[in-house]
Amino acid sequence: MAITKRLIARLDIKGPNLVKGIHLEGLRVLGKPEEFARYYYEQGAEELMYMDVVASLYDRNSLADIIRKTASEVFIPLTVGGGLRTIEDIRSVLLAGADKVSLNTAAIRNPDLIKQASRYFGSSTIVVSIEAIKQRDGRYLAYIDNGREYTGVEVVSWAKNVEELGAGEIVLISVDREGTGLGYDIDLIRSVTRCVSIPVVACGGAGNCSHVITAIKDGGADAAAIASILHYDYIQKNTIIGDYSKEGNIEFLKKGISFTKVKPTSIPYIKKQMIASGIPTRVLKAEGINEHS
Amino acid sequence: MNTPKIAIIDYKMCNLFSVEHACRFAGGNPEITSDVQIINSSDAVILPGVGAFKDAMANIHQLKLDIALESAIAKNKPILGICLGFQLLFSSSEEFGKTEGLGILKGCVKRFPKEHEGNRLKVPQIGWNNIEICRDVPILSGIRQGEYMYFVHSYYVAPADDTLIVTTTNYNGFQYCSSVMAGTIFACQFHPEKSAREGVKIYNNWISSIS
Repeated sequence: MAITKRLIARLDIKGPNLVKGIHLEGLRVLGKPEEFARYYYEQGAEELMYMDVVASLYDRNSLADIIRKTASEVFIPLTVGGGLRTIEDIRSVLLAGADKVSLNTAAIRNPDLIKQASRYFGSSTIVVSIEAIKQRDGRYLAYIDNGREYTGVEVVSWAKNVEELGAGEIVLISVDREGTGLGYDIDLIRSVTRCVSIPVVACGGAGNCSHVITAIKDGGADAAAIASILHYDYIQKNTIIGDYSKEGNIEFLKKGISFTKVKPTSIPYIKKQMIASGIPTRVLKAEGINEHS
Repeated sequence: MNTPKIAIIDYKMCNLFSVEHACRFAGGNPEITSDVQIINSSDAVILPGVGAFKDAMANIHQLKLDIALESAIAKNKPILGICLGFQLLFSSSEEFGKTEGLGILKGCVKRFPKEHEGNRLKVPQIGWNNIEICRDVPILSGIRQGEYMYFVHSYYVAPADDTLIVTTTNYNGFQYCSSVMAGTIFACQFHPEKSAREGVKIYNNWISSIS
């Protein structure tokens, strides 16, 4: 049988909290990442991805704690990214319990880091994330520092380069679609999946289940990273306990939630739709899995 | 029964945290170590792994872990090899030029072809794939035929002796050996500690078999 397409729960982290932004900015506090992580594990996520969204800007001791807590109770792969610059940074995250690391800013500034890191830790441990922004002329360029800084690097040629340097996987983020719920940028995904032979993870824009199906079927993605639709589903079904007042923007949590483009959806429901669409997916034994959307 | 002492061999390259936690979760008493004496006094040994074959072998030789492992095998201790740890048990690998392995089992480690019978193989294989069980072994009891396990690898093992094969896996038409059993050694290409509840069950089975 063929390898299954993966659903990856993406959790953006700021300090000790799970946050969600729009276009990688304007962060809302949603809760404790390790609680969401455990829930997604139980629901049948194939993988988790922690992105420390402000790591390039601030220090980040809390990230290692979150990784440790998660790795002690969740037995699926965990990718960690955000602000990793050196072989030592990578090692420290792996030692805390991550299985793969995701590089962006440091990789563009110093492509040799991809080569060194994949040589040392093995290609399959090194993921490169590409933050793509569509230009007026239709080209896609790679940005760094959460889509803030222009590099002039063209996405498809960078993706090929990343593969040649030894990366094992690409997380392709559409900054334009991030947090909007408008759907993945299928043209972007297709342009990269056609040109590289390493797995490509579609990221940015999932607002409902059919967006996920399209990214895999039409875009050719090997996996879909999903954030808002899962987080909002979790929040609807679980009571968030805790005081997040020290952590900035909590208006979202206090008000309760209002959705526009995002339709909360559970992992079991997405899997059902994948099966219905003929996409190979991991089928769980029925015990203890909530099948309702 | 006492909680079995499990030495998780640390050759200073990878994340052993999840292996340690899976052992503890499954009722073992694991210790991550490169200390030959601790390995010698353990009830069972895990050779884990993620990383590059060549660097791993260099570290293993330098830390004299090969000798510790061979002595554990000589004492008939249960050995669990995982991913790179599975590959390292064999004679040699093609990864980054030909490198000698531990040579405990005969066979070689090869890179996935980029294409097989017209199908493109994305390398590394990253993700969940099925294991087809071709031999009944206690460590896989309760695991359903075709169960999904988590794989991350660019290289696969071609054992010289096919009768050692416990499971095979089919990657886009390319069938290869995904686990072997030889004496007290069970070794697998997939990561049971990353394969959710079914993977943890393999740890349970393995640990409950340690006397």
